[in-house]
Amino acid sequence: MLVYVLAAILALTLASYFIGSRRSLQTAAGQASHLHSRPGYYGAFVAAWVGIPALILVLLWLMFQGTVIDTLLLASLPDEKTANLSGAQIDLIISEIKQVSRGNVFGQPDQAILDAAQRYQAWQGIASWSMLAVAISLCILGLIVTRARISPEFRARQGVEAVLNAFMIACSVIAVLTTVGIVVSLLVEALRFFSMVSPLEFFFGLSWEPQIALRADQSLGAGAFGAIPVFLGTLEIALFAMLVAIPIGLFTAIYLTEYAHPKFRAVVKPIIEILAGIPTVVYGFFAILVVAPAFRNFMANIGVDAAPNSAFVAGAVMGIMIIPFISSLSDDAITAVPRSLRDGSYALGATQSETITSVLLPAALPGIMGGILLAVSRAIGETMIVVMAAGIIATLTINPFEPVTTVTVQIVTLLIGDTEFDSPKTLAAFALGLVLFFATLILNVIALRIVQKYRERYD
Amino acid sequence: MTDAALEADAGFNRQQDWASEANSRRLKKRYAANRRLQFYGLTAIALAIGLLGTLVSSLVIEGYKAFYQSKATLAIRLDPALIDPANLADANYRRIFNTAIEQYFPDVTSPTEKRQLSDIFSNESRYALRDYVVANPGQIGQTVQLKVSLSDPFDQLEKGVIPRYVQALSDAEKARFEFLANRGLIEGRGADAALKVNLFIDPQKVNAADIPSGQFRDIIADGLGTIVRNPDFVERSFAIIRDDAAEVLKARVVADPGSIGQVLENFKLPLSQHYGTLASGETPMVFNGRFASEKQFEWLDRLKTQSMISYPFASELFVNATSRFPELAGLAGAIAGSFYALIVCFLISFPLGIAAAVYLEEFAPKNRWTDLVEVNINNLAAVPSVVFGLLGLAVFLNTFGLPRSVPLVGGMVLSLITLPTIIITTRAALKAVPPSIREAALGVGASKHQVIMHHVLPLAMPGIMTGVIIGLAHALGETAPLLLIGMNAFIPSIDNIGLLEPATALPTQIYAWADSPERGFVARTSAAILVLLGFLVLMNGIAIFLRQRFERKW
Repeated sequence: MLVYVLAAILALTLASYFIGSRRSLQTAAGQASHLHSRPGYYGAFVAAWVGIPALILVLLWLMFQGTVIDTLLLASLPDEKTANLSGAQIDLIISEIKQVSRGNVFGQPDQAILDAAQRYQAWQGIASWSMLAVAISLCILGLIVTRARISPEFRARQGVEAVLNAFMIACSVIAVLTTVGIVVSLLVEALRFFSMVSPLEFFFGLSWEPQIALRADQSLGAGAFGAIPVFLGTLEIALFAMLVAIPIGLFTAIYLTEYAHPKFRAVVKPIIEILAGIPTVVYGFFAILVVAPAFRNFMANIGVDAAPNSAFVAGAVMGIMIIPFISSLSDDAITAVPRSLRDGSYALGATQSETITSVLLPAALPGIMGGILLAVSRAIGETMIVVMAAGIIATLTINPFEPVTTVTVQIVTLLIGDTEFDSPKTLAAFALGLVLFFATLILNVIALRIVQKYRERYD
Repeated sequence: MTDAALEADAGFNRQQDWASEANSRRLKKRYAANRRLQFYGLTAIALAIGLLGTLVSSLVIEGYKAFYQSKATLAIRLDPALIDPANLADANYRRIFNTAIEQYFPDVTSPTEKRQLSDIFSNESRYALRDYVVANPGQIGQTVQLKVSLSDPFDQLEKGVIPRYVQALSDAEKARFEFLANRGLIEGRGADAALKVNLFIDPQKVNAADIPSGQFRDIIADGLGTIVRNPDFVERSFAIIRDDAAEVLKARVVADPGSIGQVLENFKLPLSQHYGTLASGETPMVFNGRFASEKQFEWLDRLKTQSMISYPFASELFVNATSRFPELAGLAGAIAGSFYALIVCFLISFPLGIAAAVYLEEFAPKNRWTDLVEVNINNLAAVPSVVFGLLGLAVFLNTFGLPRSVPLVGGMVLSLITLPTIIITTRAALKAVPPSIREAALGVGASKHQVIMHHVLPLAMPGIMTGVIIGLAHALGETAPLLLIGMNAFIPSIDNIGLLEPATALPTQIYAWADSPERGFVARTSAAILVLLGFLVLMNGIAIFLRQRFERKW
């Protein structure tokens, strides 16, 4: 039905475009030069007022149709069926009615349910037909009203441009709405979580065992939701990632900006940037396929027992992914140092390396620091590598050979295959997500600040 | 002149002997430091490229094995008695198939062996047979040649992933043997090899009246204990000597009762088979029984000698949906899911992103509100993708009640992730269009909208498309947000594909396969990654082509 409605709206919109442009020519007695705007604008104006309101109506209709019908269904059920029922039980009844109406009858549903299923089907039909009818009448209404406004003096172009403006503003608001949506949804679910588990416990507790709280007989929050081990693991893995990425990235940037032949640079830079384009799930598989066994063997040879999902391997592989971030951001920072500083240093007789270490790097330091902070925020938010290569169980350790877990791993493991939104186990993921969001946000804001300040100094 | 100035002057005029030993040493040092830094730089680059090379080559080395499949060509008689022409799909194809393979192995009779025999072939074989018959009903009653896949362990065996023989002894066992050999306690080779031990025939353990009931094993244990005083070592060393070593000793003592109470110096305890091989300097190998029985290997060899095994291209990888059996698992479902999700992502993020970018770049007044929007977009680009997954879960699934695991929701989440990237690149492309174009258009009387729509936007389009394609390529590789909205569903069929059907995507399929324990999934996962990387290379290639072909330098 929805497809027909959309097709009808589309057809009417197209038709009204032609009606509008024809009408405008008619009012100007066939002389397009007598019109304020070109005929196409009149057509577009009519089409916009025919199509857009109808589309918005359909969207709103779809959003509320389900809720309205559910409410009507509940109201139509006999009172004794719905009395003293919790929200979840009512949901169950509703979904049973829907199942029955689709013909999936399990067991012997009672008569009230069967009647309701019939009503549901009937109302569904009424709803979609009336949606079609209302949408079409709205289209025709729009057509009649706007067509009547067409006259040679009518400023159709301004009208169309106003519609376009509104559309563009709406689109840019979506970006803001996304942020608002993230913050609100995370906050709402996190607050529900904190109503079950105290924030003190969450932020300062030393034991993270979310699975335990699944059992109904377990008292919630009995030492199970202390996120310190998770935070510690996240920082540890990010640290190892930085230990790998910073030296490699920084030296790469130094070589490519200061020593390399332009042709060498033109070839090598894109190759290194490929590392940033590889999906992280590939790195995760690389870690478990190649790096972890190799590291384990190496460690066994020097007599250290390393876990197969040790923190170091997860961090190191993440570091590989981050190399291009550090190298290209440092590259930008070093290139942005004014030529005069470099020339001054050379004029004093400094070698290239002396120029780099005592002039360029100090001057580029804010930019490099900004890049490193951005990379840290990347590392903290990176998910698939750690989901595949790091541990799931939260242990309070900083031993690089032991598995640790991270915020993102916990979010994914807590939410995979689980849609229950009432248990603290699922809600904990949103609390972790909130922490992750704000941590990366703060890092990004600081990094951008540093980079901007530094740019102002030289421009 | 003041003192200070004099001093400074003296410092300035101080004779510097540029040719002095000290100076040239210092210069050498400074140049060495320069070369060192250069070397560090090159090492870092070599490391980065080497890591990339390792990544890609390890994937290729593992993954190419999944692009071909070990198959057996079998002659199968389509027994008309077993196939009802009116109901082709429901015949007992398992029986037809099993009869066909058993005819190659007349010696296989017991039910266990028959089951082992059919285990060599993929579980899918009977469905392949059914599909063949349904497609060619005219062949009923005839004998047809059909290629069927081998099941995973045998496929892996043929590809050399699973070895047919494995080392019989662990490293620790070999080390224990080496330890003894280094002390000169091992003598002889092969079946004659022996361990020399000093054995004290303890009268308390062997009664001279009843020698055969003596505790000869304990005597050997005591003797081994004189080598290393570690009960654990002694116990494990018994694996080195032959099981009948105590009997050998008994025979010796029975033959010479006088030795009771004496020490038998350098008594030769015969070595067990594997250690005998080791003593000959060879590596003892044993049949790998972990995945299959020796019989099954023998049958497989027989098929091979009749040259019935071939290795064609594994079209399953692209035609099938996923499966629990690695030899059947394919990417068709995942590719379709990714395709639908990307289409949705494109349809949403392309118009929205361009509209938002045009507004912010060309129309927006400079005020706090637009500053906020701008900061917002820059920050959104750096928000971890898993957070977008949480948003999708909480808003699209929970609040709007959209179905789980469907490409529509996946595409919506992906579009939110790519939107900031598209907005940022579109703005850059719009900025790159020179003001002269705008001014010329305004000059001939175009409205601001006409300038943008008719001139600036078409000129910026190649740059915008480049950004959009790169954004979509990123979206194609995104995994975590899709996991959170459940787009890792196990869908072993490609019959129901659509925007609102549960599906999986390429990266989530990779994640699911990487988690599967079967050996064959390692190659399958690598192959899936190669396919994903292939798509990414293709998309980026198109982007680069667009940029080079259409982008204008002003």
